[in-house]
Amino acid sequence: MARSPKPPTKNPPETAGLPKAPTGIQGLDEITGGGLPRGRPTLLCGSAGSGKTMLAAEFLVHGALDHGEPGVFMMFEESAEELAQNLRSLGVDLDALQRQKKIAVDHVHVERNEIQETGEYDLEGLFIRLGHAIDTIGAKRVVLDTIEALFSGLPNHAVLRAELRRLFRWLKDRGVTAVITGERGEQSLTRYGLEEYVADCVILLDHRLVDQVSTRHLRIVKYRGTEHGTNEYPFLIGARGISVLPITSMRLDHQACTERVSTGIGGLDDMLGGAGLFRGSSTLVSGAPGTGKSSVGASFVDAACRRGERALLFAYEESSPQLLRNMGSIGLDLGRWQDSGLLRIDASRPTLHGLEQHLMHMYELVRAFKPAVVVVDPISNLSMDREDRALKPTLMRLIDYLKQQGITALFTSLTSDQAADVADSQVGVSSLMDTWILLSNLAGNGERTRTLQVLKSRGMPHSHQVREFLMGDHGVGLVDVVLAGDRVLTGTARISQVAQEEAASELRQRDHERRLKELANHRKAIDARIAVLNAQAEERASEVEFAIERERLHAEGASSRARALARTRDVPPPRPVTTQSTRPARRSAK
Amino acid sequence: MNARLATPRAPARGRKPVALDEDTPGTAEWQLRLYVAGQTAKSAAALDNLRRVCESHLAGRYTIEVIDLLVNPRLAAGDQILAVPTLVRKFPEPIRKIIGDLSNEERVLVGLDVQPLR
Repeated sequence: MARSPKPPTKNPPETAGLPKAPTGIQGLDEITGGGLPRGRPTLLCGSAGSGKTMLAAEFLVHGALDHGEPGVFMMFEESAEELAQNLRSLGVDLDALQRQKKIAVDHVHVERNEIQETGEYDLEGLFIRLGHAIDTIGAKRVVLDTIEALFSGLPNHAVLRAELRRLFRWLKDRGVTAVITGERGEQSLTRYGLEEYVADCVILLDHRLVDQVSTRHLRIVKYRGTEHGTNEYPFLIGARGISVLPITSMRLDHQACTERVSTGIGGLDDMLGGAGLFRGSSTLVSGAPGTGKSSVGASFVDAACRRGERALLFAYEESSPQLLRNMGSIGLDLGRWQDSGLLRIDASRPTLHGLEQHLMHMYELVRAFKPAVVVVDPISNLSMDREDRALKPTLMRLIDYLKQQGITALFTSLTSDQAADVADSQVGVSSLMDTWILLSNLAGNGERTRTLQVLKSRGMPHSHQVREFLMGDHGVGLVDVVLAGDRVLTGTARISQVAQEEAASELRQRDHERRLKELANHRKAIDARIAVLNAQAEERASEVEFAIERERLHAEGASSRARALARTRDVPPPRPVTTQSTRPARRSAK
Repeated sequence: MNARLATPRAPARGRKPVALDEDTPGTAEWQLRLYVAGQTAKSAAALDNLRRVCESHLAGRYTIEVIDLLVNPRLAAGDQILAVPTLVRKFPEPIRKIIGDLSNEERVLVGLDVQPLR
């Protein structure tokens, strides 16, 4: 009966004054704060088939195997062979334990019609047998199952009661931790009122049918001198024996991790403060049928596997191959992760087990597979034909358990299409979740549009916008928000708005181009005119220069001729009056 | 029943003579075993009462074996002894048990299924 080590947080403080004998039964030691009262008798009562014998046997076996406390099993109903068979189903070899002197078994068989009563007697024989068995193996634990059978075997109840009182006293004196089982009575806890004699600790087992699903419950009615959980706790008899379920729900003491993990949907990570979910947090994805819950879950799993982490997917709607095929259609190849051992898909019908059994199954898988990410798709199916109040505490336990293991969990939840009020839905578990993502189908404008919104996300800034959610060939994605004035547009309206905006912007673009071209043309025209004017100015300038030059040459020529004439005639040079006479001639030439 | 018992068997644990042959010493028509726990008043009374009844009704046809469980606690399980004193009729079969100090002779006779001589 190898059990995995318990998480470190599950060591409840032991009451100093009262030593306890651990039962080794999952959950029971947590409720009782360490186990049954050591050296004292404990009464275990319950109706037929409620698991009394199994619990008592486990108490002995764990004591013998794990705590070095040999035990005596004295039974009044089953034979030794029957007990050995029952324990074999849990993987315990009773014969071997007997050979190793770890457990002694004594079957006390009382046949009423063999016995005649004459005069006084006592049950010293029983004491001697029990004492002998205890001494032979040095037993620290004793189980009497079910001592009430003596009431039907022995006619004189007055003697029997006196002797039982003496027996329990004697057990205390011997210092053995005893478990006495008793049949549940109509009015009292046990049919013959054993609780009168065993006053230290009383545990009540119960087996109820609720909506055709049977659930076992355990309750500690009384535990003198120590604190204990007083609630009724569901328990199971599974392949590994008894498990009492509220393994972790007594305290909220899990660690909070600041590391963030991606959801596998880029746009969603952006909405969640840009970094995704906190590791170890739990997320609820709720929505009506066909809103893409499973796809979100699959993306989450895919992202975890991409990071090289292990992921566990509980599928309650689709078989594993069906899931792989359907997710393949949106480009999520989960098969390769399954082949590489990173992904495990556990697909089963929710009606296969009761809720507690599902939970137990989940615990066991999580313990064995040690995933970093767990997806349950969907949790709402677990509550089929059931009152929701049973689901909530169960999920609370699961969530607490996953949180303590630091596992990031994502639960999908189906809401009915008509449920307009979102806060009313989600089997009442939304308050347990750190992040709540709501997927909804918006019908309007002749179409339905998938949308996604983050209703809450503890401890991080998150977008309040409703995003449009698309499933394509390459996984799921979110479309950027399109705003028209003060409205967020989705679906066709978004597409048409985008088209309109694109058209408008093209028109503007062309207008701008046209105006720029016009400007350029205008500038070109001006440049041309400038060139013409420049040419004209140059022409004029060269003409003026030419005329000036000609006139200067002409004047020089005239003066030199005059000087030459003067030299010849020896007269002073004349004033240049004659040059004025040439001006009308130049003007006419123009 | 007689056919099975007619076959002599090896004495179990060297203590239990089982044979029908009346001539064999140590065997008797009525084999009785009385379980007691120590020398208490009750066990002494039971033994006295038993001897008286046997002498009255089964004289010469019985053996009585007294087993003190304080000395031999292992033997308690064999005959499914709970109460002491317990008288066990080992033979003739079927096994019958009478618990108590055997103070009521009539009930002892009924319990042993003995026809009273008187």
